[in-house]
Amino acid sequence: MHNNITKEKVYEWLSTVTDPEVPVLTILDLGIVRNVEVKNTDNKTEAFITITPTYSGCPAMDVIGMGIRMALLSRGISKVNIDMQLSPAWTTDWMTEEGKIKLKEYGIAPPVRLANNPLGLFDTDNVPCPRCSSVHTEMVSQFGPTSCKSLYRCLDCKEPFEHFKCH
Amino acid sequence: MRIPMNERLLYTLQIADNALILGHRLSEWCGHGPVLEQDIALTNIALDHLGQARSLYQYAAAQFNELPAEQKQPIFSSPALQQNINAGAEIDEDDLAYLRDGWDFKNVLLTEQPNKDWGYTVVRSFFYDTFNYFFYTELQKSSDETLAAIAEKSLKEVTYHMRWSSEWVIRLGDGTEESHKRIQEAVNDRWAFTGELFNMGQVDKAMLANNVGVDLNKIKPFWQESIEAVMNEATLSTPANNWMQEGGKEGRHTEYLGYLLAELQFMQRAYPNMEW
Repeated sequence: MHNNITKEKVYEWLSTVTDPEVPVLTILDLGIVRNVEVKNTDNKTEAFITITPTYSGCPAMDVIGMGIRMALLSRGISKVNIDMQLSPAWTTDWMTEEGKIKLKEYGIAPPVRLANNPLGLFDTDNVPCPRCSSVHTEMVSQFGPTSCKSLYRCLDCKEPFEHFKCH
Repeated sequence: MRIPMNERLLYTLQIADNALILGHRLSEWCGHGPVLEQDIALTNIALDHLGQARSLYQYAAAQFNELPAEQKQPIFSSPALQQNINAGAEIDEDDLAYLRDGWDFKNVLLTEQPNKDWGYTVVRSFFYDTFNYFFYTELQKSSDETLAAIAEKSLKEVTYHMRWSSEWVIRLGDGTEESHKRIQEAVNDRWAFTGELFNMGQVDKAMLANNVGVDLNKIKPFWQESIEAVMNEATLSTPANNWMQEGGKEGRHTEYLGYLLAELQFMQRAYPNMEW
């Protein structure tokens, strides 16, 4: 029936799994899928997916795990193995350029610099407004409604917005 | 050299318990923060701690399950957990978090101290976050791959924690007369709990000897320098008191832990094996 499912096919199917909090982003956009292996035997296909969690306490990871299982089992994979790989630690540097564009269109400011170019202890990122593009913005809080985002407000168009933190 | 497996397990629990107990204390602020953004900040930080605790408890449970039967018996004496162990079941992260009594917890006493008010809460985090930052920086170099990986991941989050608590110490210390007085009081009161952060217990020494654990004496000067710099900017003074509380790592806790666990563990104890 479903024989010889390729790795590429599985990646395609994984691109339908979105972040439950930011549904415009797929798990591929986020860069959390580290590896995909596929084992075809007889008429069965087993998939081995390795993902790296974003933030330690991120509750979306459990939902994403379920999403991966559903996306693959519903398309004929007989068994889905999900492995968490902690090291090297996930970083926003693994987010795709496409993902960053989608974030901005959604109204969330994408990570404004590379994470491996860190700030001083009390420095703040200067984040442009995703709506009006003004750089005349200020940080309201380093923490937001989810682990990955901080809160800003635009001093020109007056709208509040979230910034996906450089991590 | 072969490391006694139960010592590595106990070392993991020291770190995990700190994360769980402090995370729980911070979660008690949920809905009670002075302003919405700070309520959100603290609960975010609490979530980070709980996430780190989960990774560490998962590792601890895996280590425990691999021990030969006769080594499993003496590690915990909490009856609820022993019941599961004696039945031959494998334990998991939830068993460790919800079925141990206070004497089986290895967190440092600082983490279990009550929230009291915003100043006390911020001071507790300030002392602990600064320690945590230097601790995880070193733990990244551990020869234990899992601990090193957890440290690498957690360090990013802890850097934000340290920044948040340091900023608040400065704001309150270099604030109004009232805020300055109250946060100086909190610093004076909680100072005696900072020494334990750097106590090299038997387990710490064993893990250091095997390149798994952190040399707490090595990071202490960094902590002192960092604390002093922030306190100077906050116009706060460092207490002269040298006497330090200890005992957490050996399971000797302040009376507060009992009440904390009664709240944290109530549901699992009242409705065993319940799930959301």
